[in-house]
This record gives sequence, C-alpha cells and structure tokens, in this order.
Amino acid sequence: MFDYTTFAYTTPLVGGLLIGAASVALLYFLGRIAGIAGIVWGAVSAQPDNAWRWLFILGLLAGPLAYHFVAGVPYPAASSLPWWQAVAGGLLVGIGVRLGSGCTSGHGVCGLGRLSPRSLFATLTFMATGILTVYLIRHVLVEYLP
Amino acid sequence: MKAIVGLLCGMVFGVGLAMSGMTDTAKVLGFLDVTGQWVPDLAFVMGGAVLVTLIAFRFVLKMKKPVLNRRFSLPGSSMIDGRLLGGAAIFGIGWGVYGYCPGPAIAALTYLDSKTAMFVAAMLVGMALANKIGKT
Repeated sequence: MFDYTTFAYTTPLVGGLLIGAASVALLYFLGRIAGIAGIVWGAVSAQPDNAWRWLFILGLLAGPLAYHFVAGVPYPAASSLPWWQAVAGGLLVGIGVRLGSGCTSGHGVCGLGRLSPRSLFATLTFMATGILTVYLIRHVLVEYLP
Repeated sequence: MKAIVGLLCGMVFGVGLAMSGMTDTAKVLGFLDVTGQWVPDLAFVMGGAVLVTLIAFRFVLKMKKPVLNRRFSLPGSSMIDGRLLGGAAIFGIGWGVYGYCPGPAIAALTYLDSKTAMFVAAMLVGMALANKIGKT
C-alpha cells in the first residue's frame, strides 16, 4: 500500500530538475551524454580527452557533500542489507550497464530526452527487472530464507 | 574550460541525486517495491529530469556543434537487440538487489559507508568483466 504520510515530492522533483539541467548543460557545452556508467567507464579505461570525466566524478562526490552541509540535511541511513548483497548488486549493475550501454541516467534521463527507442526499451526493461527483483526478494524469497 | 564544465555539471548532478533521495537505498528499494509499502516519491526524480531533457535537448541538438567541442558525441547504435535488453535486465536485477544505480552509488561514496565502497568496487569489476565478454 501507498503510505501517504511520508509522501514528499518537492525535493525529488527539484532534485530531478537539477539532474536534468546538468544533463542539458553537459550536452550544450561538451556535446556529451550525461550517462554516469559511460562517464565512469570512460574515466577508468583512460579514454582520450578525459579530464572532464574525472572532474565530473569529482563533482558528483562534492555535490552531495555540499548539499548535506549547506541544507543541513542528514545523510541517509546506511543500508541494513548484508555486505554480500552490496557486492552482488554492484557486480550485476556493472555487467548490466556495460552490456546494455547505459544506466538510469544514460538511457533514462538522457535517452528518453532524445526520444531514443533503444533507450525507451532499455529503461522499461531495467525498471521491470528492478521491480521484479524487489518483489522476489521481499515478498517471495523472504518465506524461504532464515 | 571543458574540465570546469565537467566539474560544475557533476556537482549539480550530485546535488540533484542527494536532494532527490536517490542516494538512500531504502527509498530506492521502497520505490521499486510496488506491491509492498510503495514509496512513489522517486517517480518525480525521473519525471523532473526527463521533463527538462525532453524540452531542452530539442533546442540543443539543433545547434551545429556544442559550445566547447567540434561535434556532439551521441550513441551511434539504434539496434534493439538481445545485448541491449539482456544488459538492461541484468542491470535492473542488480539495482533491485541493493538499491543503487551507478550515479547514486558514486555520489553516496562520500557518506563513507564501507558497503557502498564494496558496491562501487564490484561495479567496476563487473564493467571490466562485461567488456571482456563483449570483445569475444
């Protein structure tokens, strides 16, 4: 059931607008798609003309620090999931975004913005498997796990 | 100049992720848990972001070239194939297993939780693995 008491849409909406604005600025100035998976892979695999990628990543680290500090919003609570779930999740995300050529930002935010059919299908697919995975873990597997 | 643009875009992107709640795995998993205690807030993140790109990209892509580079670097492929959908499916499973996609995972590194570092390290290993598979 949908919990109305904790529903808050202003910060998600403003946050989303900022993510969109950053993506537009990157395309406007550098002609680049703000896909984080692609930027991170480009940075670690030492692509040419790479300084902007490393600095984008630096900004991605500095931005949240600045936000929590300036707005006085506490950090979100650390995940209560076990470490192996972090490793398994990370591994699957890494494999998936390389094979599928993009993640939530590259396919979702930028690809949908470009009206790319490829990105639309990718986005629908990862949304569906994400929802299915949470369903299985929380509502099916929970019955069988200790 | 290009580096400064990269830094500023990264910062604004990072502020957006932190402000929106995407760096909170509990919220993300709640958003994906549509049959449970659904947390619909995060639909506004994608909604807001796509609203901006959908409108502004049309104007930007009408330009002959971006301001600081010779040309736009856009994905060349338009093929919807098993690799695209299979990759997206695997990505979605990983997203549902822990609650991070790549951007929020990197942004959340600054919260200094060791499990986030493990997630990002495993993600980089996964990327390298997929790259090996992709080449054969």
